[in-house]
Amino acid sequence: MNHDNYPNDYIRGILNSVKTIALVGASQNPARPSWIVTKYLLERGYDVVPVNPGLAGGELLGKKVYGSLSEVPGPIDMVEIFRNSEGAGPITDEALALDPLPKVIWMQLSVRNDEAAARAETKGVQVVMDRCPKIEFGRLSGEISWQGVNSRMLSAKKPVLSGKGFQKLGLNRP
Amino acid sequence: MTDRLPGFSTLAIHAGAAPDAATGARATPIYQTTSFVFDDVDHAASLFGLQAFGNIYSRIGNPTCAVLEERVAALEGGTAALAVASGHAAEFLTFHTLLQPGDEFIAARKLYGGSINQFNHAYKNFGWNVVWADSDDPSSFEAAITPRTKAIFVESIANPGGVIVDLQAISAVAKKHRIPLIVDNTMASPYLIRPFEHGADIVVHSATKFLGGHGNSVGGVIVDGGSFNFAGDDRYPMLSKPRPEYGGMVLGETFGNFGFAIACRVLGLRDLGPALSPFNAFLILNGIETLPLRMQRHSDNALAVAEHLAGHSKISWVSYPGLRSDRYHNLAQQYCPKGAGAVFTFGLKGGYEAGVKLVSNLKLFSHLANIGDTRSLVIHPASTTHRQLTDEQKTQAGAGPEVVRLSIGLEDTQDLIDDLNQALDAA
Repeated sequence: MNHDNYPNDYIRGILNSVKTIALVGASQNPARPSWIVTKYLLERGYDVVPVNPGLAGGELLGKKVYGSLSEVPGPIDMVEIFRNSEGAGPITDEALALDPLPKVIWMQLSVRNDEAAARAETKGVQVVMDRCPKIEFGRLSGEISWQGVNSRMLSAKKPVLSGKGFQKLGLNRP
Repeated sequence: MTDRLPGFSTLAIHAGAAPDAATGARATPIYQTTSFVFDDVDHAASLFGLQAFGNIYSRIGNPTCAVLEERVAALEGGTAALAVASGHAAEFLTFHTLLQPGDEFIAARKLYGGSINQFNHAYKNFGWNVVWADSDDPSSFEAAITPRTKAIFVESIANPGGVIVDLQAISAVAKKHRIPLIVDNTMASPYLIRPFEHGADIVVHSATKFLGGHGNSVGGVIVDGGSFNFAGDDRYPMLSKPRPEYGGMVLGETFGNFGFAIACRVLGLRDLGPALSPFNAFLILNGIETLPLRMQRHSDNALAVAEHLAGHSKISWVSYPGLRSDRYHNLAQQYCPKGAGAVFTFGLKGGYEAGVKLVSNLKLFSHLANIGDTRSLVIHPASTTHRQLTDEQKTQAGAGPEVVRLSIGLEDTQDLIDDLNQALDAA
């Protein structure tokens, strides 16, 4: 995968296929990007599992917080990493030690670790780096266009209302 | 749908404007409403906390204005944009996001007279200090830099006409000192020049001019190039520090490469209020659909009229970079090979009095203080737009007593030449 320029279909495919997302570096602070992304993904129907050793055993946005990836019960489809680029390496290795393997490892906006990505891709795990799943969902659905952001999407087909109110759009416009 | 970047004319028609999600309306609807209902209480909280994308109140954002924003961002090659009430509001919110009291910015001396007034006078109340430099001499920008310099501001094609700015040379100074370069791209429009390709970090527009193009709507746009990294830079606390307005959120971190546009919206537009009306956004959007066709015709007409005037006995000089003999012709070939725009100046041998007579005698050219209309326009800057400047400032700004400015419209070229001939004969 060319990690400088992801095709829209690659990102859409990931966001359409994953259900359980373990979010490493979850925060209790509503001003932090990791809290915002947790909330947004929960609202979009993803089963977000917050992971943070400092908050282990507590609750975050109604979800139980786990201390590490290995403690999360049940299979994880995607590991979303809110750590710096260096810290993303060991988290990737923890993710690659899971059985079953996650389908996707996603490193947040500004986080990029090409060596870790290569280790994941060797095992057949898809990787996204230096992207935010909330921004990508907003871009592909058309929601982000309400904020004047250049979505780089053109379409003569109408966006799809997600059925949860007027101000939420679905991922799969025709 | 393809990931290949569409061409300019396709973007001018389609960017930002999918059919309406609720009704399928194909033209962009005019969402003439102040407010938008929330899906539920939790959704409202998310919107106010900048945790969800959506609409709250038309002072902060409006779906019609948002189409204009995305359209201009796409045409300029930026990451995001913000539509505001005027070009002046675009400048104001841009500087409000970058400067603190006591800070400085460097601006080219050759600018729209209204910008010179805003910088010299209105900004004093905020403690924002302009330092002037010569856009023909990039080293004059470097010489003006101090530890408090927060931005550099130039026009791509400078008012009142006929000046092409060497953006790459000035951008090199800005990048060397890690200062964002703001380019007012009103006169060129992205059809002729795309400043981000030449090192600009922020582009501002008076959309009143060529973007709207029909002389019917005042508006402005700020475009974020996404190229300047504000996160972690203490000089720009609006972007790099936790904001008390939003529970401690750091906007430059949360919104990445479109954080500047978001900051202009949620710290500037929200609290200072110069919002664009959805109706004006609609009219400007309609104008943009034909921007490539209009800008080419504007430029072709302007070149024909400039060539004619250059040979006229009552005219001492014509300043239009499209002319081979012009001092800016080489820069024009580098930065705007498709054409040098609609606006240029010329000097009358008869001086100030001849200028006043000429604007009185013209029948097809409208005497008014605007540029970028389908109609051809004329103004004598010394007696109007630049009247408040001193004689020295007028000359420095290219608006001396003998100077007349034309904004060439989309009429038949021969009719424009005939009107100028009869008015010059009578002057």
